[in-house]
This record gives sequence, structure tokens and C-alpha cells, in this order.
Amino acid sequence: MANTDATARRRLLTVEDLRVAFPTRHGTTDAVRGVSLTVDAGECLAVVGESGSGKSVTARALLGLAGPGARVRAGRMSLHDPDLDLTEVRGRGWRDVRGRRIGLVLQDALTSLDPLRTVGAEVAEALRNHRVVPRSRLAERSLSLLEEARVPEPGLRARQYPHQLSGGLRQRALIATALAAAPPLLIADEPTTALDVTVQARILDLLAARKEAGTGVLLISHDLSVVARLADRIAVMRHGEIVEEGPAARLLHAPSHPYTRRLLEAAARHTGHTSASGGRDLAAAADEAGAGAAERPVLEVSGVGKSFTGPDGRARPAVRDVSFTLHAGETLGIVGESGSGKTTSAQLALGLLAPDTGSVRLLGQPWSQRPERERRPLRRRIQLVQQDPLGSFDPRYTVERIIGEALPPSGGAPGRGSARERRARLVELLTLVGLEEEMLDRRPRQMSGGQRQRVAVARALAPGPDVIVCDEPVSALDVSVQAQILDLFADLRRRLGVALLFISHDLGVVHHISDRVLVMRDGEVVESGAVGDVFRRPAHPYTRELLAALPRSSPPPAEALAAAGTTAGPTAHAGETAAPVARTAHAVGPATALVAPAARAGDGPADAAGSTADVAEGPASAVDRPAATP
Amino acid sequence: MTTASPVRWLARRLLLAVLVVFGSATAAFLAMELTPGDPVRTLLGTTPQTAEATERIRHDLGFDRPLLVRYGLFLGRLVTGDLGTSYQLQEPVRSLVTGQLWSTVTLALAAFTLALAGALVLAVLTAGGRRLPRRIAGFFDLLTISAPAFWIGVLLLTVFSFRLRLFPAAGGTGLSGLVLPAVTLALSMVGTLSQVLREAMERSLEEPFALSAKARGTGLLGLRLRHALRHGLIPLVTLSGWTLGALLSGAVVIETVFSRPGLGRVLATAITSRDLPVVTGVVVVSAAAFALITVAVDALYRIIDPRLREVGT
Repeated sequence: MANTDATARRRLLTVEDLRVAFPTRHGTTDAVRGVSLTVDAGECLAVVGESGSGKSVTARALLGLAGPGARVRAGRMSLHDPDLDLTEVRGRGWRDVRGRRIGLVLQDALTSLDPLRTVGAEVAEALRNHRVVPRSRLAERSLSLLEEARVPEPGLRARQYPHQLSGGLRQRALIATALAAAPPLLIADEPTTALDVTVQARILDLLAARKEAGTGVLLISHDLSVVARLADRIAVMRHGEIVEEGPAARLLHAPSHPYTRRLLEAAARHTGHTSASGGRDLAAAADEAGAGAAERPVLEVSGVGKSFTGPDGRARPAVRDVSFTLHAGETLGIVGESGSGKTTSAQLALGLLAPDTGSVRLLGQPWSQRPERERRPLRRRIQLVQQDPLGSFDPRYTVERIIGEALPPSGGAPGRGSARERRARLVELLTLVGLEEEMLDRRPRQMSGGQRQRVAVARALAPGPDVIVCDEPVSALDVSVQAQILDLFADLRRRLGVALLFISHDLGVVHHISDRVLVMRDGEVVESGAVGDVFRRPAHPYTRELLAALPRSSPPPAEALAAAGTTAGPTAHAGETAAPVARTAHAVGPATALVAPAARAGDGPADAAGSTADVAEGPASAVDRPAATP
Repeated sequence: MTTASPVRWLARRLLLAVLVVFGSATAAFLAMELTPGDPVRTLLGTTPQTAEATERIRHDLGFDRPLLVRYGLFLGRLVTGDLGTSYQLQEPVRSLVTGQLWSTVTLALAAFTLALAGALVLAVLTAGGRRLPRRIAGFFDLLTISAPAFWIGVLLLTVFSFRLRLFPAAGGTGLSGLVLPAVTLALSMVGTLSQVLREAMERSLEEPFALSAKARGTGLLGLRLRHALRHGLIPLVTLSGWTLGALLSGAVVIETVFSRPGLGRVLATAITSRDLPVVTGVVVVSAAAFALITVAVDALYRIIDPRLREVGT
């Protein structure tokens, strides 16, 4: 044990007052403003922040890869043992640092591995650059590296190209390339962001194993729930500065900076722990919708199946015998990993694909088995919001034109009066999605991701639909923005009574917004039911696996937040809940941060109002209302 | 994810290439039919003939038969490799074309190889590198693209053959006669090729995989050779296919400037003298060259980019 303690204390990296600036047309932009951090061997420091916070630039500056024209200055920036002053490194000198002293793993290995080279060649390149092994042993060593990164059948995989591997395997192969020359420090920049949750968990386990073996890990992420599984210490970055830093357990349970609290709140919604207000909104929405147009089915999908022909000429079923009914004002969530048939189901519902078997009815009328010409009058009743609004907008159009295009043509002649009416309607739509009138003149690139998605929602609302199909509508957004967009959907549902078919790979998101949920896998519905039931008592093993794989910053930070918000420090109650997790995150390692779904389920949103009340009032209330405690 | 069989793929593409050649042969045949003027009159030229003799020749050549029959006969001859007889030279088109083909192919291949080598060196040495070398290479590209080929040709002739007397000014056999026309043609192409290659390489150098490669300690030259070059090859091969095809159908201007024999000159002469069988013959040969090059280009894509091997077609 003394040995491990010694390695744990060995310092790998010291950074003091790091500043990175980029020249722009109007002077310079300071991306990083005085960041200081250290990483020890066998330790994980997580730098957390939203996009644009400067976290990636910080990481890349350590490798001399901050970007063309970047001006990097630092009071101190050194690697230790042997000591190397990184501020003195120039040109070719960086090549000995990169890969040898510091390894870098980027997001999404599909683009981070060269698509035209085999996986084995990429691993071998790192070995060759640093002359780790003689030429004759390159292939052999590459295989053992892939094996260490837990790539099954390394011999086969080494000969394959990145696109032939699954996302998880690709990410492992990328990690193998970064670790090839055995760097003592590994920087992982959003290493799990593009991955499904179950795969995410395995990649984090792999990084944890490297950490246990003594590698120092600098983890960069926007996602606190991912970070919670691995980090010993967390630094929260915003606008190029570290606003708060501390041991993971303290920071997650008793954040002192308001921005950290906001991130935690967003992560809480993200992982399915509804905050008090969100829960109430939803409950109210469900009540109102239920009272109003209860049980009127707007979309009926019965037994639809669809196959696509693969490159070998064989039919591959994408969706098999899927049935569901969406009622007016209801939100139905569809969850599943990529390839589970979610998007195909959405396209079948939209009438963009014709089902091979089964049928779809919209507003009680046949929908799938009609020619498009007959469908057209009904089209405006069902609308779509996609994942990437930047891709679904014409970049040259203004917001006015984007939304205006979706407005139903006015009955009268297009005179000046109708133009004024159109403008008024556009402004009304923008107000509905929480945007100002000034937005009408903007173009897609002049808006933030959240604003764009609001415009996409306004466009979907323009023709006055009964159903909106949302295909991963928040997946491309930062967590705090995600929460705002989800609130927008809940709000619209309450105010307009529009039904939502909400598709996501993210259980937290679906949990937050849905009344009922379908769990899909390999084109089939494996489980369905009321959202609380499915998440609390998952019947199918796959649902349980999905729930277990969900990275969580447990316990529900919303509760810790409430506690931290009312008092200066953690209350006795929050302290109690925090204690076991503090141990988990700190000492035992991320493998155990996986909390059994049964235990987690108690925190589900159905109980959210109750459990938040408990925290606020203290443990006594649990005795007062024993029924509320599971 | 199964890889489509390369043999089946090649067989399919070759079949399509044959169809393309037949299509262009048909188009050439129809163009010949639709061209105003009596082919027999053209054939006889200015020599005065009796109407009777003209009719006899017309019958001998089969011009009095219906269109479809003549088309059938034309295709039949084409399959056996018979491209007809030149009106002007009274020589089989086939021997006329093959006689010139060698000269054209040598010039085209020599010029193309020079241009490709130049473009590779220029692009690999400058892509994503320091500003000054890139500027210089870019200026050279622009200069060679904008200068007309015949002007470069005349310039080279003036310097190297009239002044320095290193190379023959006209005709010339063997290697010494090939140098100046090949260099001229290569200069007219090298700028475009190097620009396309450099741009594609620089685009790929901005992708995340290039950052990953840098982060594992790969130097700029290694990055260009091992990663970016391969990505740059796809647009380069596309452009090369087109360029080579155009060269093989004859570089008329250059052949004229350097008084070289070749398909381009044959075609130019045949067009001015309305020697339609020769025109058709050259069109068919060019179409065949283009079709084969296209198959070769598509095959190269599959070798360069493994992702294309898995697409159905």
C-alpha cells in the first residue's frame, strides 16, 4: 500500500497562470485566462465546462496544439520526472512530448482516427514516432496494445478500418493509439460524448483501469455525470477561468459557486432527476392535458415493420411489429441506442417511409397507405423537430424566411394587410418559444445552438400541428441549454395541448419529458408503459442494463443543491446522503459508482416533488408522510 | 458490411464501358447521317463525274440502302474492329488511327507523368506548411494555369531549340523530340493538379484525425505523407482521369505547334476536310479510352478509400 501511496503523490504536471489568446479581426480573444492546475500520477482531474469555456484549449495548449495563431503564455507549465518546461518547447521539440509524455484522446473516434488507414496502422504510427519497439515488432506490439485497451479479437480489428468498428471499439482503439508510447499523463477530451450510455460506461471503466495502473488522467467534459464516475478532483471552467475547484465529492454535493450549481442542476435533469419546478410543470401539464382532450388518439401505429436492403442484397429489418398510440396532448418517449429503430419509427409515423407491414393512422384517418397527394392536406398536422437545426436550415435564409415558409398560406390575396398579419404571426410564434422579435433578421449561423433549436420548434409550430415528432431534439446541445429546451417543450405542451413523439437515446431526457415510454432494441419494442413504472420497475433486462449504465452524479444533486442553497454548508441531511457517494467517487473508483437501478429508482421524478420536500423540511417529514418514502 | 466481390464489380463496370463505346459510336454514326451534304460527292471531291458513275459508287459503298441496314452493317464492322475507309486518303481508318495512336499515347503519358510528379512534389512540400513556400507554389500554380499552352510551347521552342539548339523544333523522333511537347503539356496541367491536391490535403489536415496524429508525435511531413496525401488522392485521381482522357483524344494545339503526328492532328484534318469515317473512328477510339480510364479511376477510388468497397454499386 505504501507503494501505491508513493505513486499517487508523484506529481506529473504543474500549470500556473496559463493564458491563451487568439488573434481575431477585432483584436484578440482571450480563450484561457489564468488557469492553474496540477495532475498527479494515478489521479484524475476533471475540467468541466460548457462549450466555449476554454477547457479544450487548455488541454491542447499542454501539447502545443492550441491552434494556428494561438498565443500561449504561462507562469509555469511543466512536466515532471524528468522535468520539462513546456513553455520552452518549440517546433520539433513538441514531437517528443506528444504521445510520449502526454497522450491525447479526442471525442468521436470515427473522425479522430484516419478513415483511410487501418486501426493497426494508426496504433503502429505512435510506436514508430517514438521508436518504442524495433520495426520488426511493430505489428506484434500494436496487437498487444489493442488488447490492453480491451479490444476483442485484436488481430482482426487491427486489419479493419475505423468505419468497420462500432463506436465503442473505435474509442478503445483511439485510446490504444494515445497510450502506445506509454505516456504517464493522458488527456481525454470528451472521450464518451458521442457514445451510447452502455458503451460510455465501459470506456469510463477502461480509463479508470488506466488510472488505477498509475496513469494521470486529465478528463475534459461538459457532462458532470460522466465526470463523477472517474474524477478525484474537479475544476469547473467558465469564460476561460476556473471558477471552482475541489475534491469531486465536495464539489458535487456542496458546490459553492453559483455556476457549478447551475451545471449540477442541468446534469440532474439530464440524468432524470427532475428538479422541483420541472416536476410540478410536468405534473400540471399532464393534469391539464388529461382533463382536456383525454384519450383522443392522434397517432395510431399498429404492427408496422420496415426492412432495408443491405449491401449484400439481404433484407435487414429496421423495425419489426411496432405498435403504439399517441393521444392528444400526451408525450410518448421512445428510447433505445443507435440502430434500435427509433428514427425509422419516426419516419414511418411522419409518412416519410412506407411500412412493409402494418399501418399508421393520423387523427383517425388512414395515413400510411395513401398516396402523397392525398396526404398533403393532413401534412401540416404532424411536424418534425430534428437534432441538428443548423443542418435542417438553409444557412442563407433569415429566421423570418425559415419560419415563414412553414406558415400555412393565408386565405386572402397576398396584399399588404396579409403581410402585416404574417409578421404578427411570426412574432407570436417567436414569443411562444421565448425569442425576441429581433431574431427575425438573424441567419442560422448568427444564433446559438439553443436559439436555433427554438427557431426549429417555432417552425414546427407554425402550421398548427397536433403532433410534433422530435428526433433527438436536444442531443446536440449543452446540458444547461438542454434543460431550457426541455422546459420549453413541457410549456408548449401545456399551453397548446400538442402531442409529442419524443425520440432520444438519452434516458434522462426521455424520463424528464414523457408520460409514457417505449424502450426499443434491434427494431422491436421490448418494454412500454407509464414512465414512472418503466424507470422504477424495469421488467426487461435490456431496460435494466440501460438504466444501470446511466452515468450519474449521485445522489440526486438537486437535493444537495436545495440543501446548499438554503444553508452555507451541507446540512446534516445532505451530508448523510452524500457520504456513501463521496466514498464511491473518491476511493473505490468509478466501477462502483454504478448504483443498482432498483435503489436509484426511488429518486425518479414521480417522487421528485415528495423527495425534494423531504430535503427541504428535514428527515422529520419522512416520518410524517411514510407513504412518500419508498 | 460484406465487401462486394471485386471481380464481379469489375465485370459490371467493363460491361458498362462497352455500352458507353457503342453509345458514342451510334452518336457519331447519326451525326454523320445528319450532316448536310452528300457523302459520295464529298468522297469524289472536285473530280467531274457522270451521274451514272456517282450512282455506281453510291451503290458500291452501300449508301443506297436503308438507314437501319447501314447502321447494322456499321455496328457489325465495328465489332470486328473495322472502322471504315477514309474518304480522303483511301486508307482504312483503323490503320490510320493505330498509326497515330502510339505517338499520342507516348506524348500523353509522358506529359501526364511529368505533371503528376510535379504536382505531388509541389503539394506535399507546401500543404499546411509555412506561408512563404505556399505563396510561391500558389503563384506558380496560377501562372501555369493562366498561360495558354501554345504560348508556353512557343516560348520553350524559342529558348531551347532556336537559341540553345538542345531539342528539335519540329517533328523529331524518339526521346529528344518528345521532351519539349511533353514539358509544355505538363506545364499546362501541373498547376491545376497541384492546386486540387493541396486544397484537399489541407482540408484533411484540419480534421480531428490529423490532430490525433499530431498528438501522438507525428511530424508535419509524416502527417502529409501518411495521412493527408491519401485523402488528397481522391480528387486528384478524379481530375487525372479527365485530364488523361482529354490528352489521349489528342492534344491538337500542341501537336500543331510542335508539328508532331498524332490523333489530334488526324481529327483536326478530318474535320476540316469532312472525312467523316475518320472522325467517327477517332471518336470511337477516344470514347474507348475515356471509358477505360473511368473504370480505372473508379477502381483506384476503391483502393484508396476502403469505405467505397462496401457500397453496393
